[in-house]
Amino acid sequence: MEWAMQVDKQIRTETGAEPETGAETGPRGPGCSLRHFACEQNLLSRPDGSASFLQGDTSVLAGVYGPAEVKVSKEIFNKATLEVLLRPKIGLPGVAEKSREWLIRNTCEAVVLGALHPRTSITVVLQVISDAGSLLACCLNAACMALVDAGVPMRALFCGVTCALDADGNLVLDPTAKQEKEARAVLTFALDSVEQKLLMSTTKGLYSNAELQQCLAAAQATSQHIFRFYRESLQRRYSKT
Amino acid sequence: MAEAATLAAESLAGGKARAARTVLGQVVLPGEELLLPEQEDAEGPGGAGGRPLRLSPGVRSRVRVVCGPGLRRCGDRLLVTKCGRLRHKEPSGGGGGVYWVDSQQKRYVPVKGDHVIGIVTAKSGDIFKVDVGGSEPASLSYLAFEGATKRNRPNVQVGDLIYGQFVVANKDMEPEMVCIDSCGRANGMGVIGQDGLLFKVTLGLIRKLLAPDCEIIQEVGKLYPLEIVFGMNGRIWVKAKTIQQTLILANILEACEHMTTDQRKQIFARLADT
Repeated sequence: MEWAMQVDKQIRTETGAEPETGAETGPRGPGCSLRHFACEQNLLSRPDGSASFLQGDTSVLAGVYGPAEVKVSKEIFNKATLEVLLRPKIGLPGVAEKSREWLIRNTCEAVVLGALHPRTSITVVLQVISDAGSLLACCLNAACMALVDAGVPMRALFCGVTCALDADGNLVLDPTAKQEKEARAVLTFALDSVEQKLLMSTTKGLYSNAELQQCLAAAQATSQHIFRFYRESLQRRYSKT
Repeated sequence: MAEAATLAAESLAGGKARAARTVLGQVVLPGEELLLPEQEDAEGPGGAGGRPLRLSPGVRSRVRVVCGPGLRRCGDRLLVTKCGRLRHKEPSGGGGGVYWVDSQQKRYVPVKGDHVIGIVTAKSGDIFKVDVGGSEPASLSYLAFEGATKRNRPNVQVGDLIYGQFVVANKDMEPEMVCIDSCGRANGMGVIGQDGLLFKVTLGLIRKLLAPDCEIIQEVGKLYPLEIVFGMNGRIWVKAKTIQQTLILANILEACEHMTTDQRKQIFARLADT
């Protein structure tokens, strides 16, 4: 608990120096633990909702179709069928993509109010534009913004945060591809906006129980900044109308 | 605006519910909880300190509040499920009125009583299947036209445009359309004539154009003589004297969404000159 507060303070001092007002602000600042964030919604004309999300050099484009017609074989009589498709930058989706798709799908399922649109399909298509670390977290953020843009009813927002632990046990938030490679363990969490509760977690590498708690506390503190960024981004979108 | 943003972010972070009255017209996000006016003094910000004395503190006045699109009841509060601006309509009688979220979405979800433009996709026996842009096609009986009888079938072909109204629209059932009102009169509904142009816009723009005090429609009407049909499902059909005028009108209406009043006035003035 003590550690959690410490992390919180550390992030605040690093990121909350001054609120930025530029067109592409993000939770960043001098010596910030998070990379530069940017988000744009409603940039594709054909899907019902779309968003592109940038975290440093990692970029993902998301499109949402729904509530749309569903194949009879996939129809669920009391809720919407949720599908997530993750397209890699080059080549065909493989086992790694399928695994990520499943993680994202389960996260979306937890927040989308599918019971309001039974016998329909909600499809999220994610296209990786460039991968420079923390890809799954970026995919989760892009999926959330696209779902909000499409007007799919949700009980809360969600965000993805990746933490990396290096050999000395130092914690790096939103790691780059190089940091991820050198890390002893990489942990990705999905958190909801209402109670900052854990929706999904996936980990790779060796870590202790205490380190897991540290990372989770850090992710929870960071999620506040990401949700604040979401709000600013959506307010900009609605300021035009 | 900046102040509002930080305030809002704080409340989102703190998980505290805000009073619905204070956020009217502001952007609300899914997951936020809103307090209704009658709860404000009991639980709202700063309520505990300077609360006025009430004659009957035990009895809380029950106010009837209607939850519109984008809101759900969550205990005694309102839970936001869509992103958009919070709106409120004062009740004509007593009660708390209607709250809803005005969002910019593209996908239409059928609502009973809405007037929409559909495209006939199939004829099967005595019903037509009409694509209205929802999750499944609506059904339209051949008897639901003015003057139609079993002998006298309406002349409707696959591919025709239909302007009609939903009589059945709920989440579990296939939506059903009709092209007559309760008195059996067409009242403007039915098959839309030849020519003209059909295009799609966001649902928010349609609501803006159909608002009772919308200036855009009046200004467009002064420009050229035209025929126009708005469907609540985001479809607009427009026809003017020439194809060129039709295209100009379609482009103006599409562009109206992100224009300020001044920008719009300028464009209309320039078009009126030519």
